[in-house]
Amino acid sequence: MRIALFSTCIVDAMYPRVARATVDILERLGHEVIFPPGQTCCSQMHVNSGYFDDAYPIVKNHVQAFSEWDYDVAVAPSGSCVASLGHQQPMIARHAGDEATAEAAEDVAGRTFELSRLLVDVLGITDAARQLGSYFPHRVTYHASCHGMRLLHLGTRQSDLVRTVEGLELAELPDIDQCCGFGGTFSFKNADTSGAMVADKVANIESTGASLCTGGDVSCLMNIGGALSRKGSDVATLHYAEILASTRENPLEVPASAPVSITEGK
Amino acid sequence: MSVTQLGMPKVFHGSGNIVADEPFPDFARRELKNEQLRANLGFATHTIRSKRASVVGELPDWQELRTAGSEIKQRVMARLPELLEQFEENVTARGGQVHWARDAEEANRIALDLIRAEGAEEIIKIKSMATQETGLNEYLAEHGVGAVETDLAEEIVQMGEDKPSHILVPAIHRNRTEIRDIFLKRMPGVDPGLTDNPPELADASRRHLREKFFRTGVAVSGANFGVADTGTLAVVESEGNGRMCLTLPDTLITFMGIEKLVPTFEDLEVFFQLLPRSSTGERMNPYTSLWSGRTEGDGPQNLHVILLDNGRTAALADEVGRQALHCIRCSACMNVCPVYERAGGHAYGSTYPGPIGAILSPLLTGVEDRSNNSLPYASSLCGACYEACPVKINIPDVLVHLRGKDVDARHGKGEGGRKRRMPDQMDAMMAGAKAAFSNASLLSLAERGLPAGKLAAGRKHRISKLPGVVSGWTQYRDVPEPPAQSFRHWWKKNRQNGTRQRPAGERADVEAMIEANAGLADELHERFAAEAEEQQRAADRAALEAKVEEKEEVQAGVSRELDAGGDGPRDTEAGSTEPERPKPAAEKIARAASEEAGPGSDLSDKGPGRADPEPKGNAPMESEEER
Ligand code: SF4
Repeated sequence: MRIALFSTCIVDAMYPRVARATVDILERLGHEVIFPPGQTCCSQMHVNSGYFDDAYPIVKNHVQAFSEWDYDVAVAPSGSCVASLGHQQPMIARHAGDEATAEAAEDVAGRTFELSRLLVDVLGITDAARQLGSYFPHRVTYHASCHGMRLLHLGTRQSDLVRTVEGLELAELPDIDQCCGFGGTFSFKNADTSGAMVADKVANIESTGASLCTGGDVSCLMNIGGALSRKGSDVATLHYAEILASTRENPLEVPASAPVSITEGK
Repeated sequence: MSVTQLGMPKVFHGSGNIVADEPFPDFARRELKNEQLRANLGFATHTIRSKRASVVGELPDWQELRTAGSEIKQRVMARLPELLEQFEENVTARGGQVHWARDAEEANRIALDLIRAEGAEEIIKIKSMATQETGLNEYLAEHGVGAVETDLAEEIVQMGEDKPSHILVPAIHRNRTEIRDIFLKRMPGVDPGLTDNPPELADASRRHLREKFFRTGVAVSGANFGVADTGTLAVVESEGNGRMCLTLPDTLITFMGIEKLVPTFEDLEVFFQLLPRSSTGERMNPYTSLWSGRTEGDGPQNLHVILLDNGRTAALADEVGRQALHCIRCSACMNVCPVYERAGGHAYGSTYPGPIGAILSPLLTGVEDRSNNSLPYASSLCGACYEACPVKINIPDVLVHLRGKDVDARHGKGEGGRKRRMPDQMDAMMAGAKAAFSNASLLSLAERGLPAGKLAAGRKHRISKLPGVVSGWTQYRDVPEPPAQSFRHWWKKNRQNGTRQRPAGERADVEAMIEANAGLADELHERFAAEAEEQQRAADRAALEAKVEEKEEVQAGVSRELDAGGDGPRDTEAGSTEPERPKPAAEKIARAASEEAGPGSDLSDKGPGRADPEPKGNAPMESEEER
């Protein structure tokens, strides 16, 4: 089928490798991927900062970009941005008195899936090793981002898929349900509280002994990775799409310090 | 009271102890440096979280109960004026008197007049947030009337001339030694040889209060619920001191926020299930007192209810915000809140701390009152509060809504009609991002600048200092090196989109695919659940044990300092020294004491999802629920 990729602004600008991994996985499954060129951002940063008026043209832009192309489903490698489409965009359009855009936003949101939900619930992927050829022989821990967990109710889809990757060993992260402290502009408006939160997250990650931390939202991973880097830690972060995209033939390169997992396959 | 012109009907905002005088981030910065407070909060919140999770997990109909609670409260808000009148009628018919107070000042004045009419110089009190909100104790003191708090933790706060920092554990910021010192200094007739042993502290408090219960003729209480169709009032507590206050004095004055109503007596059933599990993690509440008017020759003969508005009708007028009035003050939201866990309750500057405080205080006062506009930003919007809230208050949504109101007000729009202030860095950043995000060509152009960022990152491949408003980011974290090109540009070079429209026949039947895969996610989950959950429990337990250790280490440090005559940060075991009620209290103290002795060993078989009939280590949490 034809899948429209919503890269999200932060992946587009800072983590293109995550969008490329997403394209890789979907093309490997034989699907056609398109990238609606008008897309930019879901507007979440503006909405969550209270700038509703400024968010409105961004919402309109997204709705238009994803309405003028024909596709079966849209996908984004982010729980937070997908949640924002359904949760905030219609609210912002209505706030501006634009019912037509609100309804169009609901329609686009209804067709946009977070990557793991698309893979499991629509495409029937339950074994990454067998169905995607995913191979990643490392010990990894996994951070569950709040919006995927609480707004999209993704449950354990992301970590379960990661568990089915050949060679991978997953170490459970203590206090997995705790926020990493990102929260968009919260991270600098309440820098000290946010800093204390991410410090605890980093300590929990380090306690697992894993050298890699994965997750489904690069914003949280940027926060966690940035704090790890500041601390001089060897632990690196990566999006789970990158793990799924990694194969024996074309393995994902990881920082030299990451130890190779001892378990043989899954 | 501040009155805001909104064109037409006047909005009466609340006053009293519901306004932050200092912006949240500034207060939080200082509190974060208090290692003892952080260790206490970290330990206490984690313990109560797992206790709550385990008792909530026992009820198969928990979500239905939450929905029922939320719906009852929605109905109350929709018919509030009518229900209030019905309540007044029924209280009056049963021999009580109802007084209406528009704000804190009015409520306090009414109470003072009633107390003076009885000729009382001192009153006893049950822990009540409504009277904290109005600042009743201070008001009475100014007018020569003493008020004695009978909830132990509240008593400690009061004697220490302090402010509560948690709804359930008001003195969580105090340690045992401090409590002993406070008692020695302030408690009349106290044994000068008093030690900081919890049972001894509890005993001292019991003796002190007993005497007050028998001697005092006027009590002031709050109310957890008021029942419209019977005029019944309900107080929910766990020490038993509340019941003494409700039954022994001749005159009982009850402060009740107008939102505390439920339509019928039967509705209580829902809340009596929701409240204890959410607040103290108990299956049933220990002391639930209900009274419907006056009973000749039994209990108080003069019954008064002061119905408090204090900004509640202003909150009710806010379509998104009004759900904050559903709150039953269980404190679950603060116990699960990662921000509260670090910053503590005082940082919210109000009677109402934590996530509910971050929305309720600005709703009551108007978002632009002093520093209350900093409260809606005191959240990462992680949603843990909404998930825990027994009446399903969507706190994150209300936070975002209030941020919108704040930005509007700052820009001279909407409520308050303040003068537009000069655009600041945040405005400029948002305006710039708006321009780029509204137009993909502009964004594409901006992304051509990525290599410059890469250059800035230099050989270390990271950026360690950002300027201006975003400098807070690099206070605690680096920024990764930007990529050489954006995804958009990579796509343009490497892929081509197909045609905009496809022939209809090429479309996939997505719904059929989803239908075909129904249940797959659950199957996948089941495949790993048992092992994963087991490991998760072990990991969480290790983390909690580390918290206990940390708390002990800090405490040991404090003790060493105290021994050396220093004056470092202090520990708290405030609520652990329960007075009254010999049996359960004694158990709790024993538990707290054993926890003091060797807490790690008590945590061996705990974890979410497991029923734990006598969970240990939560003793400091036990106090009363709130009215
Ligand atoms: S808002 Fe907080 S204190 Fe109020 S009912 Fe919900 S969880 Fe409890």
